[in-house]
Amino acid sequence: MTSQAAAPARFVPEPVGLSRAECAHCGAGLAPGQGAFCCHGCAGAHALVRGLGLDAFYRRRDMAAGTLRPPESPPAFDAESLAVALPDGTHRLELMLSGLSCGACVWLVEQALAAESDVLRARASLSARRLTIVWRGPAARGRDLAALVARLGFRVAPWSPACLRAAEDAEGQALVRALGIAAFGAMNVMLVSVAVWVGGDMGEQTRALMHWLAALIGLPTVLVAGMPFYRSAWQAVRAGRANMDLAVSLGVVATTAMSLSEAFRNGPYTWFDGATALLALLLAGRVLDRGMRRRARQAVAELLALQEGSVALLCADGTTRAVPAESVQAGDRILLAAGERLRLDGRSAEPVVLDLSATTGESVPRHLPAGEVLPAGAVNMGPAFTLQVTAALRDGSLAALGRLLERAEQGKGRFVSIADRAARLYVPVVHAVAVATFLGWWLGVGVEWQVALVPAVAALIVTCPCGLAIAVPAVQVAAVGALFRRGVLVASSTALERLASADHVVLDKTGTLSEGHPELVPNPLRDPALLRQAAGMARGSRHPLAQALLRACPDAPVEDGVEEVAGYGLRKGALRLGSAVFCEVAEPLDSGMSLYLARPGEAPVAFHFTDRLRADAAAVVAGLQALGLETELLSGDAPGSVEAAALATRIGPWQARATPADKAARVEALRAAGSRPLMVGDGINDAAALALAHVSASPANGTDIAQATSDIVLRGDGLSALPYAITVARRAQRLARQNIAFSLAYNIVAVPAAVLGLVTPLIAAVVMASSSIIVILNALRAGKEAAS
Amino acid sequence: MNALIVLVPMALLLGLLGLALFLWTLRSRQYEDLDGAAARILFDDPPKHGLPGKGKHP
Repeated sequence: MTSQAAAPARFVPEPVGLSRAECAHCGAGLAPGQGAFCCHGCAGAHALVRGLGLDAFYRRRDMAAGTLRPPESPPAFDAESLAVALPDGTHRLELMLSGLSCGACVWLVEQALAAESDVLRARASLSARRLTIVWRGPAARGRDLAALVARLGFRVAPWSPACLRAAEDAEGQALVRALGIAAFGAMNVMLVSVAVWVGGDMGEQTRALMHWLAALIGLPTVLVAGMPFYRSAWQAVRAGRANMDLAVSLGVVATTAMSLSEAFRNGPYTWFDGATALLALLLAGRVLDRGMRRRARQAVAELLALQEGSVALLCADGTTRAVPAESVQAGDRILLAAGERLRLDGRSAEPVVLDLSATTGESVPRHLPAGEVLPAGAVNMGPAFTLQVTAALRDGSLAALGRLLERAEQGKGRFVSIADRAARLYVPVVHAVAVATFLGWWLGVGVEWQVALVPAVAALIVTCPCGLAIAVPAVQVAAVGALFRRGVLVASSTALERLASADHVVLDKTGTLSEGHPELVPNPLRDPALLRQAAGMARGSRHPLAQALLRACPDAPVEDGVEEVAGYGLRKGALRLGSAVFCEVAEPLDSGMSLYLARPGEAPVAFHFTDRLRADAAAVVAGLQALGLETELLSGDAPGSVEAAALATRIGPWQARATPADKAARVEALRAAGSRPLMVGDGINDAAALALAHVSASPANGTDIAQATSDIVLRGDGLSALPYAITVARRAQRLARQNIAFSLAYNIVAVPAAVLGLVTPLIAAVVMASSSIIVILNALRAGKEAAS
Repeated sequence: MNALIVLVPMALLLGLLGLALFLWTLRSRQYEDLDGAAARILFDDPPKHGLPGKGKHP
C-alpha cells in the first residue's frame, strides 16, 4: 500500500546459508546461524513465490513480522466437500484467509492462484478476508488450491456462517442506502431553501413554488431515509420506553408536518432542510459506528473460524475421512491425533492422557481410565486414540453450554446505555417544552394555530437530539477504532461503557494469566547441546511437548532419519526421545509434563515442562490495581500452582479447584453484592462466568466458546492491552458525559430563543451544524489521547 | 422565472442521476472491500488469465 513509495532498494535474494537479520519470507527475526529463513515452511513459501515470478511481493508487503509463517500442517478441513458445484460445470470454493493484511497479500494470493491453468477466477477481499476461487474441473482440486494458499503462509479456514454473518450486514447496507438518500435530499432541499433565505424580494408565487419544490424532495426523503429511526422508535414505544430514536423520529416528523402546514399557508419559511440535514447527519454517525463494530466482529469471526475444523471419521474399512464435526453422529468412531482437540464428547476404549485446561482449568494433563466420558474441549496429550462419540455436536456438552450462555446473555441486554438514560430524561422535557410553547402562542398570545406551530417545532429541532444523538456514538467510534488498532476487539455495543464502570476483576489462571501451553523449565545443570539435539529430533512431531521443546531451542539443526512411534516418542537409531515408558526410565518424576532423552549407555535426561505465567501477567495485574480495580484469581487448577501464580502477580484473594459452577456463582455473588465484575477467562469452564459478568474479556488464544461469549477479545499476545482498554473506555465515558453536558448547556441558550420565536431555519441550521461539529471534535479526542 | 422552469428540473435531474448511480454502486457491492479497492489500484502488472474480467481467455 503506502509502503510502495517508501520501499527500500530492490529486493535481492541472498543465497541460503548467509545469516540475515530477518526471515526472507515472513520477516520474523532470525537467530544467528539460521540461514535466510526461520523455518522450512518459509523456505518453501519463498521458493514457491519466486518460482511463480511473484517476488515483487517482498518489496510491497506491509505487515507485522511473522504473520506469514506457513502453518506446520496442511489445512485441517476438507476443501473438497466445501467446494460448490456451479451449473456450468465449474466449482467454487470460499475460504477465510488469516494473515491477509495488506494489498500486496491480495496481489500475491490472486496472482499465485491465477497462475494455475484451471483457475477461472480468484478474488480476495481485504476487508472481509474472504477468498473466492472458481475453477474448471473436479471438486478435489479445491484441496490443492487451498494447500497452495496455505503454503504461501496464509492460514486458511472454511468461510463459516459466522464469518458470513459478520461480513454480510443487511442492516448496515440499509443504513448506507438511507444515508445516500438523506444526503441527496438534504443537499437538494438546501438548494431551494437558500433561495428562500436570501431571496427577500421574491414574489409570493415564486416562494410558494419553492416551498412545494422543497416538499417534493423533502417528503420522500424523510419518509424513506428516516425508516431506521422510525423502526427503532416504534420498538421502543411498544416496549414502553423512550429512546433517542424516538426523539429523532418525533422531531423529524413534527418538523415535516409543520413545514407542510407552512407550505399550504405559504409562510415565510419551510423547514424541510432541517429535517433532512438532521437525518443525514445522524445516519452518517450511525454508518461510521456500525462500520467500526463490523470490523471488530469480523476479526472475532476470523479467530473463531481458525478454530473450526474437521474430525477424522473412522470408516468401516479402517480408513479415515475428514468430515465436519457437525456431521458426526452418536456412535461414530473418530480418530484423535496427538495434540488434537476433542470436538465431541466421547469415550475411549483405552486409557488416555488429556489436557483438560480448557474444560476444568487444570494445568497438568490427567490420565483418564478406559471408558471414562471425555469432555469436548480437552486436548489429547498422549498417543492417538479412537474416540467413540457419545453425542452429536448439537446434543453434546458444548451445545448445552451454548444454550445456557444464550440465556445469560439475554439477561445482560437489560443494561441501559448512557445515551438512553439521557434520552429518558431529555425526551419528555423537550416535548413538554414544545407543547407548552405551542399552547402559549396559540392560547396565550392568540395567534393562529399554524403560526403557533412554528416556534414550537423550532424549539424541538433546536434542542434537537442531534448533538445528543451524535454525542455518544461519535465517542464510541473514536475509542473503538483506537482500541482496534491496538488489537482490542470490542464486540458488543455497550461493552465500552460497561468496561469503564467495572470495579472488580476476576481472572482465570490457566491460559489467561499463564500461557496455556507447556513451556520448558530451564535447567542450568543440563548440557545445552542435549537440548539442541532433542529439539532437533522434536522438529518433526506435532506433539505439544515436542513443540514446546522446539520453542525452547528454535534454531536446532534438522535431524534426519527421525521416526515417530505414535504415542510414545521419537526414535533415531539408538537415540530415543519420549515418555518415561518409551525411554525405560525407572522412576518417572511426574504425570504428563516431562520428556526424556535416552542415549545408549548413558542415563536418560529429563526435560520438565510447566504452564508458565505470561511475561506481562504481573504488570497487567499491577496496572489493573493502579486503575483502582480489585483483583482476584479464580482457577480450576490445583492449590499449589494457583497460590504460586497469585504470589508472583500479587493478585488479591485466590481460589483453587473452582468448578465452572463455582466461577459462575462467585461472579453472581459479586454482582449481588453491588460490584461490577470484569471476568477475564479463556476456557470452556469460564464461559458461564464470562456470560454472567458485568463485562467480560478473553485472550486471543481462548477457546471459541469463551471468545464468542466475551464482550472484548484481546487479539494481541497476552493481556497487556487490558489496562489500556480500561483507560480508553473510561476516557471515552468521560468524553461522552462532556458531550451530553455540552448539548444540554447549548439548549439553555437555544430553547428560550426558539420559544420566543426568534429562530429562523437558517439559525437552526447553523446551530445544528456547529453543535454537531463541536461534539464530534471533542469525541475525536477519545482516539487521539489514547494514542499518545 | 423562466430560467427556473429549466434550471430547477435540470438540477433535480442531475441530483437524481447521482442518487441512482449511488444506489447502483451499492447494489453492485462496490463498498464491500474498500481496503482492497484502495490497494488494487496500485497493481500495475498485466492481469493474468484468472483475474476477474478476463476469465475465459487463458
